Amino acid sequence: MVNFKRRAVFAAATALAVLALTGCGAGSGDDAMDVWMYQDSLNVVQQAAVDRFNAEHGPDVTATMVEVPGDGYEDRLRTVMGSDDQPDVFFNWGGGGIRPYVEAGTLLPLDDLLADDPELRDAFLPAVLQAGQVDGVQYGIPLRGTQPVLLFYNREVFAEAGAEPPRTWEDVLDLVEVFQEAGVTPFALAGATPWTEQMWLQYLVDRYGGPEVFARIQSGDHEGWRDPAVLRAAETVRDLVERGAFGDNFGSVSYTEGAASALLAQGRAAMHLMGAWEYSTQLADAPAFAESGLGYVPFPAMPGGAGDPANLVGNPTNFFSVTADSPHTEHALAFLRTTADEEYVRDMVANGEVPTTADAAEHFADAPDPEYAEFQYELVQRAPSFTLSWDQALPPSVAAPMHTEIQRLFNGQSTPERFTDALAALR
Amino acid sequence: MSAAAGGPARPGAAWALPGALFFLVFAVVPLLLVGYLSLTSWEGLGAPRFTGAQNWVRLAGDPVMRQAVVLSAALTAATWLVQTPISLLLGVWAAGPQRNRAVLSAVFFTPLLFSSAAVAIVWKTLLDPNFGPITRVGPWLGLPDANVLGSSAGAFLAVVFVSAWQFIPLHTLIYQGGARQIPAVLYGAAEIDGAGRFRRFWHVTLPQLRHTITTSSVLMVVGALTYFETVLILTQGGPGTDTSIVPYLMYRVGFAGYEMGYASAIAATLVVAATGVSLLLVRFTGFAAMRSTREGM
Repeated sequence: MVNFKRRAVFAAATALAVLALTGCGAGSGDDAMDVWMYQDSLNVVQQAAVDRFNAEHGPDVTATMVEVPGDGYEDRLRTVMGSDDQPDVFFNWGGGGIRPYVEAGTLLPLDDLLADDPELRDAFLPAVLQAGQVDGVQYGIPLRGTQPVLLFYNREVFAEAGAEPPRTWEDVLDLVEVFQEAGVTPFALAGATPWTEQMWLQYLVDRYGGPEVFARIQSGDHEGWRDPAVLRAAETVRDLVERGAFGDNFGSVSYTEGAASALLAQGRAAMHLMGAWEYSTQLADAPAFAESGLGYVPFPAMPGGAGDPANLVGNPTNFFSVTADSPHTEHALAFLRTTADEEYVRDMVANGEVPTTADAAEHFADAPDPEYAEFQYELVQRAPSFTLSWDQALPPSVAAPMHTEIQRLFNGQSTPERFTDALAALR
Repeated sequence: MSAAAGGPARPGAAWALPGALFFLVFAVVPLLLVGYLSLTSWEGLGAPRFTGAQNWVRLAGDPVMRQAVVLSAALTAATWLVQTPISLLLGVWAAGPQRNRAVLSAVFFTPLLFSSAAVAIVWKTLLDPNFGPITRVGPWLGLPDANVLGSSAGAFLAVVFVSAWQFIPLHTLIYQGGARQIPAVLYGAAEIDGAGRFRRFWHVTLPQLRHTITTSSVLMVVGALTYFETVLILTQGGPGTDTSIVPYLMYRVGFAGYEMGYASAIAATLVVAATGVSLLLVRFTGFAAMRSTREGM
């Protein structure tokens, strides 16, 4: 029986050991520099940069790219940033998403980096670089192409209906009628995924009231939601829904399963308001359509709107930030500098992205679709303002319920007045 | 050491240690932590800030939480009302001696083997209003535009339906086991007394399955109160918040809004409610008394 007792104690000790082990995850070694990336097909560019960095900085420090699956990226980043196991360098969207980290003092200010290296500062488009600031302090260096929201359309469907892509809001309303008569849904909309509906509101608010309206909200003034431009935008959304611009069942359509993009590619919808990545999505799912049938125009102007029709909304770019406690800040900064290197920019262009560096245009001949790259680059370069996606610009505690309110507005579960009241009440 | 006189030796307390430790570390400690966090404001970074009853005051006045409680109650009721009769009848049938029984039972059982996430993804695809089979079936069901997940009632019924599809097999299995335990002599006696099929079911099978019904109901109720994956994948609590049941709301507040303190208050409410409901069920069905259904046999 002594034997048995010993075994029981042993079993308990094992259980304790297992607990202790699970408690402390695999920590990174001293000479390892972790670079966290949001996992997708564009990461080949960053992997190549990491490889070049390791070849140059050799044994002193080894950069490792950690690819985190997209859906869980923000959750996991949040958890790890609250622990002692922070990454050294990580991918983010700038704006409200990194504000909590800035407030917790976990991010390294990059102002000195740019002051010491004017060449790096001048390498990027100023408007884009500015989106990497929080309260005027630089915390992010652009790492990806620009992703404005554009109005995509199906050329074939337009040709059959004898229609032209819209330039004004009147055109939009006419086209809604034309396509309804032709039995085609005017706009594909993935209403089960509210950030796609958010794109409509973002453009409408910007066109009606200019970028100042959202800038005020972003600065923390909740009453900004009561700006007349927001109400007008919400009324316009209801008007579009009631005209049948999005069809009858958009509330059940989800973006992540590719349903909305498929509607456009198959000609069952005429237009689709979506981020610039729609092109790569179509290229992967319907290559023939992407190459010859996919058209794109900027979002049209609104009659009597105060906003410049050249303004853009979307994701100016994604950013790399450095954690303040990283033992490798010097190397991390050296790694950040490589994002303006010629090899890096060339890799991005070849991968179908539109870099935000000032000299990007020189490389467009190597792009899979030079015309599309040129179109986007010019839009971004000319845009007086480029508003970051609302859900990225606002703190997460506001962004999540905001999505719900947007969905309720589109579904008719709310009215424009109740919508603005509900948003103004969010904290 | 030998067996003491007057009964078999009981194993030493050390044997309970691993289990007790696991329970302590993975159940008791997190519960206490959630209780503490519910009194703080914490965004997952830095140290939680003690705010007293602030989260609880907010919880009491939150219309979204109120809606979530109503939805959770409705989901629990609907789950019980849909799943219990079907699994009871299927289970009793599957306990019988019919020839096709084994094969059909095996087929009925399969949904239980799939992961909840996979089941939800499959049903989401089937319910796609433009590309899923629902576009063909919808018109027969009075849904010409196949807008199931985009309408409040449709999304709620879809959640009830998918959970029933997935969990009826489990409860069928429980009822099958229960029905097999019923001594054949009871049916023989009932037959001699002239009881038909229906009366045998009503007067022999049902009373004999009393404890089985309680077991299955407790599992169903607690399962429905903590139901999560299907809502996350199938409806994401939408349209709007019309399928945001309490566990999903907790997730959304905690892991999309990062309000860990408030999410902990929701979680604590859920723990208390689910424990309370299952205790009540056990008490009022007489299950706790453990009275045998075969007294005097």
